[in-house]
Amino acid sequence: MTPLLSIRSLTKRFGEREVLRGVSLDIASGEFLTILGESGSGKTTLLRMIAGFEQPDSGEIWMGDERLDGLPAYRRPVNTVFQSYALFPHLSVRENVAYGLRAQGAPRAGIFGRVAQALAMVKMSEFERQSPARLSGGQQQRVALARALVNRPKLLLLDEPLSALDANLRRQMQTELKSLQREVGITFLFVTHDQDEAMALSDRVALLRAGGLEQVATPREIYNHPETAYVAQFIGHTNILRAEVSGGVACAGTIAWRWGGSAYSNGTALFSLRPEAIRVVPPAETGLPSEDTVRFRARVATQTFGGASDFMEIVCPDGQRLRVRVPSGSSLEGEQRFEFDLLDAIPVRPAGSAAAAATTPSAGAPSTDTPSTDAPSADTPSADAPSADVTPADAAAAEVAAADTPPAGEGPAQ
Amino acid sequence: MSMYTRGYKAVVAVPPLLWVTVFLLLPYSILFCYSFWSVSPLQVIVHSWSFDNYRELVRNPIYALVLFRSMRIAATVTLLALALGYPLAYFLSFFATKRKDLLYQLVIIPLWVSYLVRGYAWKTILGSDGVLNGFLQYFHLTHHPVGFFLYSPFAVILTLTHIYTPFAFLPIYASLEHIPRNLLEASQDLGASPLRTFWRVVFPLSIPGVLAGATFAFVLTLGDFLAPLLVGGPSGIMISNIVVSLFGAAYNWPLGAAISLCMLLLVVGLLAGVERLEKKLSYS
Repeated sequence: MTPLLSIRSLTKRFGEREVLRGVSLDIASGEFLTILGESGSGKTTLLRMIAGFEQPDSGEIWMGDERLDGLPAYRRPVNTVFQSYALFPHLSVRENVAYGLRAQGAPRAGIFGRVAQALAMVKMSEFERQSPARLSGGQQQRVALARALVNRPKLLLLDEPLSALDANLRRQMQTELKSLQREVGITFLFVTHDQDEAMALSDRVALLRAGGLEQVATPREIYNHPETAYVAQFIGHTNILRAEVSGGVACAGTIAWRWGGSAYSNGTALFSLRPEAIRVVPPAETGLPSEDTVRFRARVATQTFGGASDFMEIVCPDGQRLRVRVPSGSSLEGEQRFEFDLLDAIPVRPAGSAAAAATTPSAGAPSTDTPSTDAPSADTPSADAPSADVTPADAAAAEVAAADTPPAGEGPAQ
Repeated sequence: MSMYTRGYKAVVAVPPLLWVTVFLLLPYSILFCYSFWSVSPLQVIVHSWSFDNYRELVRNPIYALVLFRSMRIAATVTLLALALGYPLAYFLSFFATKRKDLLYQLVIIPLWVSYLVRGYAWKTILGSDGVLNGFLQYFHLTHHPVGFFLYSPFAVILTLTHIYTPFAFLPIYASLEHIPRNLLEASQDLGASPLRTFWRVVFPLSIPGVLAGATFAFVLTLGDFLAPLLVGGPSGIMISNIVVSLFGAAYNWPLGAAISLCMLLLVVGLLAGVERLEKKLSYS
C-alpha cells in the first residue's frame, strides 16, 4: 500500500546546528503516528516542514503523487493543532472553527452546519458564541481540534497539544483524542516529548534523537525490543548492561549468562534489562534455577516508594548498580538474590549508531533472539576487549553508555 | 499590596497629586474662571460672571469656520499619517528581520529633532526660491516658481504629516508586535492566503493601535499652532493661532480661555469615545 505521506531524507540546519539529518519516514493512511523526542531533537521542525512553516534544506515531502515541499502552507491539505492552540482572539468559537471553511470558499449555507457538527464532536457546542479568551486551556484545546478537523484534512498535525494541560486533564484528553481519531479516521501525526503519551496513543512511534530517527515501531515493539541503548533508556526505565561476550557467555561484571546471539561472537555488547524483568528470589527457595534464568547476588541500596510498585536500587559486588521494580510494600535490606529470564536481556546497539549500523554490513548472522533487529552490530571498543571493526559513532556512543553503567569488573559470580 | 503601610502609600502619592494639582487642576480652574470674565475697553480684566464669551463664539462665524478648517486639516493629516505609518509599521514588524532595530531608530530619530528645525526645513523646501521650486525649474518642469507650495493649507498638512506620522506609527507598531505570530501560521494553515490573513487576522488585531495612533495624530494636529505660523500664511490659520493671538496681541484672555475650554471639551470627548471604542475592539 502506498503511504499517505512520504518523507524522504529531509535535512535542515539552523546556522551551525544540524536540526534534521536526513530523516525518512512513511506514514500510512489512517494511522496514529507519534514523533517522540527530547526538546531539541528536531521533532517540531519536522512537523513545521510538513505544515509548510519551514523549508527543508534538502529532501522531499510527498503526499500521494503531490509534492508538498515548496507549496505554501495555505495550499497544503494538512491542518495543525498548535501547542498554544493559536485561537483567533477576535473571533468567537464558532467563527474560529468556520475560519478554514470560509478561507477555502466552502458554500456559505453549509458552513454553520459543519461547524456545529465539529463542535459537537469535541463536546463544545454550548460554547459556540463565546470568545476563546473566556475558555479554559482544555476547552481551547477542544476548539483548536474542531477548527482543524472541520476541514477534513488528509493529515492532522498535532504539535504537543496536551503539554499545557495538567496531568488529569491530559489523561482525559488522551483518551478522547484516541477515540476521536478512530471516529474520524483521519491520519494523526502527533509530536510529543512525553513517552507515556506516545505509548498510550500511537499505532507507531518514531523516536527522533538529535535530528535522526532511532527507531520506528509499534509501542509494544519499541518497548520490548529497543534497537539502541538510547531507545531502551528513553522509553521507560532500563538498565544497560555492558557485557563481555566470549564463547557463548555474556559477562557483565558479576552477572553472567548464556548468550547464543552469534553476532556477538566475541567482544563487548550492550544489553537492556528492564527493572521489572528482575525479580527477588525468596530466601526460602533453595532449588537450582531453570536453564533460562540468570541469578546473581546484590545488596539493596535504596528503595523508593512509587505507588503500585517501588523502585529499588541494588549494588552488585563489583559496584554495578541496577534498578529493580518490586511490588510496593515489600521491604528488603542487605544482600539478596535476584534473577531474570535470559530472553529479557535485550541486545541493543550503542546509542546514536543507528545510521552507522544501517550502512555497515553486519559482522555475523542476524540474531535469532531479536526478530525486530535485522542487523545488530554492537561491537563497542573498550579498554580490556579491543574490537576489530570500530566506527567513530560507536566510539562516541560507548562513552554515553559507559557513563550510565559503571564499568564491569572481573569474575562472574552466580 | 498589604506589605505597604498606609503611611508609605500616602508619601508615594504626594508627588503625583502635587503635580496634578499645580500643573493641571489649578491652571484649568483659572482658565475656567477667565472664560466667564470680560475685558473692559480700558484693557482691564473685569471679574464679573457672564456667558458673553461663549455667546460670541456662537455668534461670530469666523470661530466655527476656523475650527472646522482645523478639524479638516487634522483629519487629513491623520489619514495621511495612518496611510504612511501603517505600511511602515507592518513592514517593520513582520518583514524587516535583520535591520529591524536600525529602521525603528530611523523612524524615531526625527522625534529628537526640534519641531522648529523641522518647520523651518519645510519653509526652505517649499519657498518660492526653495529647494522644491529650484528642482522643478532645473528640470524645466515649471518656468516660474510655484507659489502655492508655501503659505497654504497644503504646506500645513505636509509639515504636520511629516511631524506627526511617527506618533501614529508607534502605537500601530506596538500593536502589530503584540500579535502572536502563531496566529498568522494558524491562518495560513487553515488555507488563508497572506492577503486574506492580513485582512482577517492582522488588521482586526491592530485596530486598537490604529485608533491610538489616529488619536495622537488628530489631537496633536488640532492643537498645533506652530506649523500654521511658519508655513500656513493667512489661509492656513488654525484654531490655536486664534487662541495665541487672543492671549497675545489682541489681549482678550477671557475669549481665548473660552475657546481653549471648548477645545478641551472636544478633545476630552474624543478621547473618551476612542477609549470606549478601543475597549470594545481589543481582545486579550
